[in-house]
Amino acid sequence: MRSDQNLRSPILLKIAAAGGLLFLHLPILLIFVYAFTTEEKSYQWPPPGLTTRWLAVAWNRPDVWSALTLSVQVACIATAIALVLGTLCAAAVSQTKFFGREAISLLVILPIALPGIITGIALRSAFSLFDIPFSVWTIVLGHATFCVVVVYNNAVARFRRTSGSLIEASMDLGADGFQTFRHVILPNIGTALLAGGMLAFALSFDEVIVTTFTGGQQATLPIWMLEELIRPRQRPVTNVVAMVVVLVTFLPILAAYYLTRDGDQIAGSGK
Amino acid sequence: MTSAVLFRKVSRHFGPVRAVDGVDLDVGAGEFFAMLGPSGSGKTTCLRLIAGFEQPTAGHIEIFGERAEGVPPYRRNVNTVFQDYALFPHLNILDNVAYGLMVKGVGEVERMKAAEQALEMVKLPGYGRRRPGQLSGGQRQRVALARALVNKPKVLLLDEPLGALDLKLREQMQEELKSLQRALGITFVFVTHDQGEALSMADRVAVFNNGGIVQQGSPQDIYRRPKSRFVADFVGSSNLLPPDVMVSLGGERRWASLRPEAVRLASEGPEALVENVSFLGSATRLAVDLHRTRLHVMLPAGAEVPAVGAPVRLAWSAEDIHYMDDAA
Amino acid sequence: MTALTVGKPHSSILAGRGGFAGALSDAFWRHPKLLLLLMLAPPLLWLGIIYVGSLLALLMQSFFAIDDFSGVVSYEPTLATYGQLLTGTNLDIILRTVLMAALVTLTSAIIAFPIAYYAARYAKGRWKAFFYLGVMLPLWSSYLVKIYAWKLILAKEGIVTWIFAKLNLSFVLDAILSLPVVGGNSLSVSYLGTFLVFVYVWLPYMILPTQAALERVPRNLIEASADLGATPRQTFRTVLLPLALPGIVAGSIFTFSLTLGDYIIPQIIGSSRLFIGQAVYAQQGTAGNVPLAAAFSVVPIVIMGIYLTVAKRLGAFDAL
Repeated sequence: MRSDQNLRSPILLKIAAAGGLLFLHLPILLIFVYAFTTEEKSYQWPPPGLTTRWLAVAWNRPDVWSALTLSVQVACIATAIALVLGTLCAAAVSQTKFFGREAISLLVILPIALPGIITGIALRSAFSLFDIPFSVWTIVLGHATFCVVVVYNNAVARFRRTSGSLIEASMDLGADGFQTFRHVILPNIGTALLAGGMLAFALSFDEVIVTTFTGGQQATLPIWMLEELIRPRQRPVTNVVAMVVVLVTFLPILAAYYLTRDGDQIAGSGK
Repeated sequence: MTSAVLFRKVSRHFGPVRAVDGVDLDVGAGEFFAMLGPSGSGKTTCLRLIAGFEQPTAGHIEIFGERAEGVPPYRRNVNTVFQDYALFPHLNILDNVAYGLMVKGVGEVERMKAAEQALEMVKLPGYGRRRPGQLSGGQRQRVALARALVNKPKVLLLDEPLGALDLKLREQMQEELKSLQRALGITFVFVTHDQGEALSMADRVAVFNNGGIVQQGSPQDIYRRPKSRFVADFVGSSNLLPPDVMVSLGGERRWASLRPEAVRLASEGPEALVENVSFLGSATRLAVDLHRTRLHVMLPAGAEVPAVGAPVRLAWSAEDIHYMDDAA
Repeated sequence: MTALTVGKPHSSILAGRGGFAGALSDAFWRHPKLLLLLMLAPPLLWLGIIYVGSLLALLMQSFFAIDDFSGVVSYEPTLATYGQLLTGTNLDIILRTVLMAALVTLTSAIIAFPIAYYAARYAKGRWKAFFYLGVMLPLWSSYLVKIYAWKLILAKEGIVTWIFAKLNLSFVLDAILSLPVVGGNSLSVSYLGTFLVFVYVWLPYMILPTQAALERVPRNLIEASADLGATPRQTFRTVLLPLALPGIVAGSIFTFSLTLGDYIIPQIIGSSRLFIGQAVYAQQGTAGNVPLAAAFSVVPIVIMGIYLTVAKRLGAFDAL
């Protein structure tokens, strides 16, 4: 077995681990090169020349801007809803032992455990059943449903780490439920909620599968990219947008990491 | 005189589990009261019933003559020092200590002054700006104490307060707690599974087993006159003499206890065989076999120590034999 | 029970905070179930009604069938649609997808293990953070951008062809592409390409749980095994692998499920033969056969249901 030898000689292990990480990162780095290529018609490698011309072209494209605006708008609303629902659910599940809490965990995880296409079609057929026209809100509805889980995972992890005796200590010192929430619970779970919110934002910002079913004629940025992938119109603009999307999604991930690094990990299983 | 804490037939059942079952308890005002027992004996649940974290399934609880059932913990003038201290990690030490005053609406200046004073009282002046994570276990313990005492509670509850400290610190804190209690005159109720701690600190001790109190009394009383084999076994290291051994020694056919330090080596008396010798510093402990029963004998320092395997003769005075209530 | 004793000075019972907040707080304290209910109601209503409701409505559709002549759904309960599912091309689609999901899962596990093992056992401090972010960033970076990157890489005029040419190994690439079934005109229109992209996109989901499981293996267990005379190989097989297995299985839940339901990757990089996700998409869209689309979507649900039951037995849920 290959991994056996890794144990015997960490050099091989090191090579395998480094190779794995390179495999994960090189394709993304390649995007950065392509964003500056002079080639318009094909994906030619190596690029025949480099130019910054496409940055300006992409900047002046109204369709890119409207897609971006819609994406940000949807991500903000979906994140807000997910924050409320996810925190409530996490608080209920971790503060009290009650019958059926496993079922609730399962219910929260279901929207990401099942393939996105199923969530998408289910929502779409429900919309058509009730004659709900497609709008920003139908997109938000879908996104909020699967964003709940990332907030929930982060909040549950932090609640678990916040010892129950802190709440008792607060009550013991004379704070009632609301005072305890404001002065003890909120400060202790605050960063976890912020991290969960950022991840929810990133998740919504990037979502494409469910959105294809709930978006109608509206194009979020991922939908715009998907159309470019299927029927390329101006490849260099797609290259530039891809690069920007990579940069923009890295920021919340880094921020979420620094917010939660002492203690719980970002619930990676959340995506 | 009203009792500080009064339990009348108090029970707390969790489904089929009877954590506390029909307990009568009477803690005097200004008393240092210990609840002693093995884990799961109901002592911690009793403490939580006084604090208000648990509600009795049946029975009646009074704190200084006022009914306490149905009163939430935040409306009881009773404060707790938690076993894990439960200091708020997001607040500094001063804000931790001032927390109780803050939620009661005491002004900023006044509560900070009170908190500083409380920190001085527990010998931590100037630690206010630090975070709980920057303090040692012993220091955190003192902060927890200051945080409770700053509210001037009528009763202070301590849940295994010294459990997490090492031996030397524990002994030091025992003395400090005792003198603090004497100086403040506040009723202290503390829970412990360490019999030495209970005996050395408390004015009165209640021994718990299986959700009930099996004996209540002064430390001397409980140590010298255990009512049952459980108490004799759990409190101190008394020798337990079964009924048939007592008969062969010329006594009654009942269980009896005999403290190791009451036994002497003598030239007359029942013969026993030395099985083990342990040097304890201030004394030497022998394990001997008497009529197939293992007894401990505590020899004072400087006494002649017999060899393992040597026969010895034992003696004790009749009043040191204490018969217990257990059925023979 | 009257609890409102007056707050005399030095009383052992304090007065309530008063006001609405105080009364509400007391009510919540006295009836913890009420608070629980209020906290659970919004998320449960949202997920239970909007999500599960839609899901059930969809699944119901699979028990209807489309009328062959009019092309309209007839609302008569029937199993005809499921019969259709298990015939010829449709069965091929299911088998093809499951096979792909299994291969992707297996390959991900093999590539993920050294990374997870190194990060869990050898990386310390700064390097640990580096490894963690090194997995997290690709995990969270845009799904479409990742696919797009591979379209660039696998294109006929792209970097892979170029590397093979530079190494004078073009004949190897040609040989691979000329293989039946997995090959194709270029990598970006072959099964091999689809497979590569699947592995790439889902790999981080395998690394994280595996690493978490490995981190939970106490170091002294490995030392104990060595102390008892086990060779590193034996220690790996008898101690490390069994303890890491729940993590690997947890990761496989993701890689398997995600591959099973994806319809975008095979659409952009792959041959014209369909996967389940594409079939669902096509049936509900262009073909307008919603019952068949619903029946198709039952397939991954059932497969994942079986998979999760087995995974639960292996203790994978504790490793999530």
